[in-house]
This record gives sequence, structure tokens and C-alpha cells, in this order.
Amino acid sequence: MNRLVDNARVVAALGRRSVRQTFRRPQLMAPIIIFPSLLLAVQTGGAGRAVDLPAFPEVNGFLDFMLAGAMIQSCMLAGNSGGIALAVDIEMGFTDRLLAAPISRFAIVLGRLAGTAALGAFSAVYYVAIGLIFGAQIEEGILGVLLMITFVTLAAVAFGGIGAAIALRSGSASVVQGLFPLVFVIMFLSSAFFPADLMLQPASAIADYNPISFIVEGVRDPVISTVTGEGAWQAFASILGIGVASLGLSSLALRHRLRTGG
Amino acid sequence: MTAAIAIGWPTVAVLVRRAGNELVRVPGAAIPGVLAPTIFYLGLTAVFGNLTQLPGFDADSYQSFIIPVSLLQGAGFTGAATGVNLARDIEQGWFDRLLASPAPRPALLAGLVASAALRSLVPATVLLIVAFAVGAHWPGLLGLGIALFAVMATGTVAALWGCTLALRFRTQSAAPLMQAGMFILVLMTPSYAPQELLQGWLQTVAEINPVSQVLEMARQGFVPGDVTWAETWPGLVALVGLFVVLGAFALRGMRRMAD
Repeated sequence: MNRLVDNARVVAALGRRSVRQTFRRPQLMAPIIIFPSLLLAVQTGGAGRAVDLPAFPEVNGFLDFMLAGAMIQSCMLAGNSGGIALAVDIEMGFTDRLLAAPISRFAIVLGRLAGTAALGAFSAVYYVAIGLIFGAQIEEGILGVLLMITFVTLAAVAFGGIGAAIALRSGSASVVQGLFPLVFVIMFLSSAFFPADLMLQPASAIADYNPISFIVEGVRDPVISTVTGEGAWQAFASILGIGVASLGLSSLALRHRLRTGG
Repeated sequence: MTAAIAIGWPTVAVLVRRAGNELVRVPGAAIPGVLAPTIFYLGLTAVFGNLTQLPGFDADSYQSFIIPVSLLQGAGFTGAATGVNLARDIEQGWFDRLLASPAPRPALLAGLVASAALRSLVPATVLLIVAFAVGAHWPGLLGLGIALFAVMATGTVAALWGCTLALRFRTQSAAPLMQAGMFILVLMTPSYAPQELLQGWLQTVAEINPVSQVLEMARQGFVPGDVTWAETWPGLVALVGLFVVLGAFALRGMRRMAD
């Protein structure tokens, strides 16, 4: 029991450090807030008339449709930023000092992911606020907002696990930084920015099976329509699948690092 | 005056050759500048391709409509990279040695921006190959020439912006500011849809943003396909204006650096 409490304390301390670090370094914060906000603003103003297309779902406005995409983009980039920060810690020797301390090794990774989760929750609240300020309506009200924050926070942990796995395996910030364009490839091949049925082939077909589409739809449903059990379950299952895979990979990468020393 | 010109031209040529050497010896350095606009081009085409079905959308191919945006983005990234390289040279002390030489300051700046103009043709070439492969219209030789001129001029303007910031902050940490500046300017234009179909604040911003004129100039060969003087001269005026303003800032930074 005492060990569990100690590990929870380590996770909380490292999580706080991770959040502080992100807020102090503009290069980590910018991809989470500035870049998705800018794209949201430009795409809403530039492609807003898309709601007039015959097959476009019934929405109050294009901003309502786009909010979920911006949130998921932000938490994917938060996972990437968390991976970069972890890799910098490895490069600077900070992780070695943690590994030498009498604490659980996996708590070190969980600490970083706790920070990413906090950033995910922050980004969800930020985009809900931005949406409401600029006229979006959330059909499912407060409960819908809570569901959105929950999904985005869990998704941030799942994506953070991918960043952490690559950081632990490579130990190089520039390798994790190299994932940045990949985030956009995955986003463009999902229904994050447009209904999958209205996208061009083959992107449309890929978006139908892309787990990011299910997560985005799960976050989007409370804004533009009503939450359905099937939609929420598909979103949760997708987050769970990515989370289990990414945490498993992080665990393997950590073991490899401990065994080989790099 | 004659002596300054005599030293100036070889200085420009040497700096351009140095940038060319970097491209040949470290080809990986050019990859981000090529990759980002290419991903955005393919992604935006796949996602927003059906916007052409909207009433009032004056293009039948989104591949053709969006390619000039990606060309200018590529040029913007390349110009920003010139600013980052200058910041690196300042940090490492190499630029101090240039300042200590008898080369005129404007020649140093001209060398940097000329290299950016030429390097911006690298992402443009890749983008055009990808665009034609996925069905963008052939803009005709004149249309293509005007688009490439817009690319080189945008690369020059972006390099002046990057150099201004590099000379001001003297650190590579200013890189995001250099990249974001041109990225924002290019996106806040009729990039996703024609001016008449833009909504809210973007419609107003795109109307006063000078890069909108540059974009329309570069776009005319692709959409609607006719090159006219009426679509060309506003872009030229916008480019000259940006060149004069940003050039003055960069030269002032260069003089302050030397003092």
C-alpha cells in the first residue's frame, strides 16, 4: 500500500513538472494551442460554406463541426510534445538520475503521461471555451462537455504513450520531432476536418476505418447531435486500443533502455 | 561606388554558391521544407476536394485550385529556413567574420535572399510533380512561369522576414516565429475557397492581405487558366511593397548588427 502511495506521489510530481515545463517552453506549448487554433480559425472561415453541400450533416455552423478535430489534433500534438520533452530529459541525463532513484521505473513514464493527460484536459476546456465564445452550440450541454473532456484527456494519454515509446526507444528529441508531419497525415486521413463521405477517395475509404475518426466522432457527437451508445463505445474502444498498444510499446522500450543502457 | 559593386556581385555569387553547396552536401536539410507543403497539399485536396461542388466555386479541380497555396507555403518555409541558417551563423560567429570583411552589407543580404529565391524552386518542383500526378491542370508555359516567379519572389520576401528576425534575436530559438509569419500570411488569403465564399473575419483579412494578390497572380494559370495583366499587376505591386518594407527592416538590422 505504501509503495502504491509513493508511486502515486512520484507520478503526481513528475506530472506537475511536465505541465510546468510545457507552459514555460513556448516551443512545446505552441503546437498544442497556437497551431490548431490557427488552423481552426482559417478552416472555419475558409471552408465554412461546406455546410451548404447536400450531404453535409445538419450542424449549427462549421465551427461546431470542426471543434472536435481541433481538440484531437491538439492532444495528438500534446502527445508528441510530451515525447520530445521526455527525449530531451534522456539526452540531458535527467532520466538516468530518475532511473537511479528508488522509485518504480514505469512511474517515470506514467508521470510524463499524467502531464500529457493534464494538457489534454486543458486543451479540451480551451477549445470548448473558444467554441462557445465564437458561437458554437453544444447540443448535449454540460454532460456533453464533460464527456468531451474525458475522451480528449484519455486520448492524450493514449497518444502520449506513442511519443513516450519512441522517445524511450530512440532517446533522440529530433526523432520524436520527426513525427510531427505524421500527425497531419493521420488527421487528414480521418473525419477530423470533414465528413468521411464527402472526402475524396482513397482518403474517404481510409477515414472509414481510421480509429482517429471514431475518436473524433465520439467527441463531436455531443456538439452537433446526441450521444449514442454505439458512437461513445467506438470512441472509447479506439482510445483503449491505441492506449494499450502505446503503453505496451512504452513498457518494451523502457525495458530495452534499461537492459542496453540506451 | 564602383568598388562596392565590384566587391558586391562576387559576394552575392559566393553566398549563393555556399547555399547551393549546403543543399548538395546536406540534402536532408531540405526535406522538412518539401515534406510539409506536400503533406498539406495532398491532405487538403483529399479533405476539401468536394468544395468545388459549392455554387460560386469557380474551379472544377481542387487540385488545381490549391496548388498555388502549397507553392507559396513551400517558398515561405524555404525563406524562413534562410533566416534560421543566418541565426545559426550568427550564433557560431561565422557571420561576424563576414561583417569584418570589406563586403558591402546590402551584398551580404542580397546573397542570402538570392539563395532563398533559388532554393524555393526545390519544393516547388516536387509539389508540381505531385500536383500534375494527382490531376492538377497544366497552367501553360506563361502560367507556370508566373507561378514560379511568384514562388521565387515569395521565397525572397520570406527570407527578408527571416533575416530581419535573425538579426534582431540572434538565436535559432526565433525559428517558429520566422516560420509562422509566412505560414499565417499565406493561409489568411482565399486559400481554401474563392474570396466570395470566405466567411466572417477571414473574408475581411483576405481582402487586405497583400499575399492574396500574390496568390491570385500565381493561381491564374491553373484556375481559370487564362493569364491576364489584370490578374498579374496587383500581385507584382504587392510583392514590390513587401520587398521594400521587409528589405528596409532587414537592412536596418544588418547595420545595427555591424555597429
